[in-house]
Amino acid sequence: MTRFWTRLFVVLTVILGLNYVAWRWFASLNWDAWWIAVPLVIAETYSLIDVMLFGLTVWNLKIRKPPPAPPETATVDVFITTYNEPLDLVMTTALAAKNIRWPHSTWILDDGNRPEMRELAESNGIGYVTRGADWTPDMPRHAKAGNLNNALMVTSGEYLLILDADQIPEPDILDKTLGYFNDDRVALVQTPQYFINVPADDPLGSQAPLFYGPIQQGKDGWNAAFFCGSNAILRREGLMQLGLVGYVQATEKSVRRALAASRSAIKKARRSTEAENPLVAEMLTQVEAATESAQQELKAGASLSEITYRVRRKVDEAVRTLVAADFSALQSDLDEIAAMELAQVGEGGVTTVASDAVDLMSGRDWSPLGALESVHAILAAISVERMDEAQPIMPLATISVTEDMATSMRLHGLGWKSVYHHEILANGLAPEDLKTMLTQRLRWAQGTMQVLLRENPLVQRRMSWGQRLMYFSTMWSYLSGFAAVVYFTAPIIYLTLGILPVSSLSYDFFIRFIPFMVVNQLLFVVAGHGIPTWRGQQYSLALFPTWIKACTTAARNVWFGRPLGFAVTPKARQSGGPSWSLIRPQIIVGVLLAVAMVTGIARLLTGLSEPLGTLVNVAWVTYDIVVLSVLVKAVLYKGFVPEDLVNVEGPDERNADAV
Amino acid sequence: MPFSYEVKDSYAEVKSVGRLNMVAAPKLREVVAEVVAAGSSRVVVNLAETDFLDSSGLGALIGCLKAARQAGGDLRIAGVQPQVKMVLELTNMDRVLTAYPSAEEAFGDD
Repeated sequence: MTRFWTRLFVVLTVILGLNYVAWRWFASLNWDAWWIAVPLVIAETYSLIDVMLFGLTVWNLKIRKPPPAPPETATVDVFITTYNEPLDLVMTTALAAKNIRWPHSTWILDDGNRPEMRELAESNGIGYVTRGADWTPDMPRHAKAGNLNNALMVTSGEYLLILDADQIPEPDILDKTLGYFNDDRVALVQTPQYFINVPADDPLGSQAPLFYGPIQQGKDGWNAAFFCGSNAILRREGLMQLGLVGYVQATEKSVRRALAASRSAIKKARRSTEAENPLVAEMLTQVEAATESAQQELKAGASLSEITYRVRRKVDEAVRTLVAADFSALQSDLDEIAAMELAQVGEGGVTTVASDAVDLMSGRDWSPLGALESVHAILAAISVERMDEAQPIMPLATISVTEDMATSMRLHGLGWKSVYHHEILANGLAPEDLKTMLTQRLRWAQGTMQVLLRENPLVQRRMSWGQRLMYFSTMWSYLSGFAAVVYFTAPIIYLTLGILPVSSLSYDFFIRFIPFMVVNQLLFVVAGHGIPTWRGQQYSLALFPTWIKACTTAARNVWFGRPLGFAVTPKARQSGGPSWSLIRPQIIVGVLLAVAMVTGIARLLTGLSEPLGTLVNVAWVTYDIVVLSVLVKAVLYKGFVPEDLVNVEGPDERNADAV
Repeated sequence: MPFSYEVKDSYAEVKSVGRLNMVAAPKLREVVAEVVAAGSSRVVVNLAETDFLDSSGLGALIGCLKAARQAGGDLRIAGVQPQVKMVLELTNMDRVLTAYPSAEEAFGDD
């Protein structure tokens, strides 16, 4: 029955939304003030697409029945990932993990490599894993993804339960979830993340009842439930397959680049005067022919090791011939080749030939011998695959600081299924101060944008359209920072300058806008079974500087290789008094809104503005201020006091409506 | 122990018997590391008696390949059975690891 109502409101929202936004585009733009009119209509279109994607998500809401009993032979490794969390916090989780009823091995994956941690683990009969000898200081560590990838190589359970250091599991977590894997295409079961150190009014918006509820259940309906990094069970085979496929792809890409670089080096060498010598010309022709046929074989899908092996042999031969003939072996060329950074660490953990290797090769004049030597060097760089990575197989994706989303997207791309199990089976700790919370949100947003920019889900042909849109939907929602700026600016401009982005605020506007807003809000009420969504709505606007920063830093990172400024989210509360400086942009916007409101009323009283426009914009500014006011509460929040603990409506009351 | 090895003239042969899966994978790594440490960096993994291979087993082979190459040698595989061949093709791994008919032929070209 709920499904009927949900779908009804989805349809109504879409129809009324399109009706409103189409009118806005085609019949209501105030072109005299295009500089605010166009941004506003774009922001409104953005929001309509956002709500349509939400509608698509909840359209297929999946309420699962408990899974069948798992086979008794299923073997499980429980991984507790830690970096710098307090030892007692990690041990509380580890001991709870040890008490999980289903037979399993418990491991603490300590990226901090702390001897005290090892001692504690061992004295409690818990496994302890740190990075192996391969992870020398010059290797990229890939944070949590690297930590998990390392542990995957030294353990052997069929399934992996992944827990953050603060996520205390229930003893029945595996009994309740392993059965889903009876379907041998299922590679992931995600359960909610729920926090016990959050007061009823949730000042920092820590609980995500909409996400760990209708959104994940909706994604599940499209076989696109996400991996969220913790409280999830994964099938080792699925992960390992990801690692292997990634390895082959990256190696192939590397070979392709090397061959392209070889050809441009040879082309360049042909222009040198020495190339007029018949012997030199002949050698260059031979090597070029070998490279060309290698490129064709590569396209045809031949063995990578054999392709590179043959070209190298040909090049070796040519170099020997030329050296024997004593052709101006320019030592300077050779030194320069040695100094070049031809290989670099690539995505997925392969040594790849540097993307600018082709430019390096063609941007410089080579003597023929120099050219051949450089070809030789570049082929050597790829034949010793992954010397720049600690381990060649990287099952968890390393393209993003949120390895979880990227990993589940790739699993879906390989045809694996995922499950969202809507029942709290682990209790965690949320950040208790604004600074830590902002760091965490920034990291999530940055990671999500990295995935969008590196592996846009819309063009992943191996995923269904439903799956692609489910991933895209989450990414889309992180663009809200830009829309928020417009939503703050437009009423300020009207109230202070009297410029309206809409051609007229008449009956035409209200008859379209109000029904859309009403059904839109009702959709959230119906789809969310009345779970509190207001906090989430506030933060999605109020954290606009964080969202914008995430977009710009992720774009700079992906396109220009700049660092993200990534930080691990501290689990312990940061000390110090209220830090207003954290929300400086929002304070400025709040003051501007207040000033605009006063100015607007003054303009109305002096007859400069009309009553209806002022009323609408004052209402709008009031809404904006109420939204931003959540931050005042957040700055003043002094951390969780256990007495506050009220039975909050979580993503789910345990054992209540999970069936 | 599903693995045994024998040092031949120009290479070392590691025999894998039965299932090369997530349970056996870490052991294969250990055995190959031992072989390489003992001075044989040219390694052939003979899969003639391996009737099942999973992605973890394949991952271990790649790890061993890296270890062998770091020591200046190479790792090759020989005698693959139908199921193993299928897994190699499914993951495209046949493009990186060429399967030779027998251990003797694996290093036949050099």
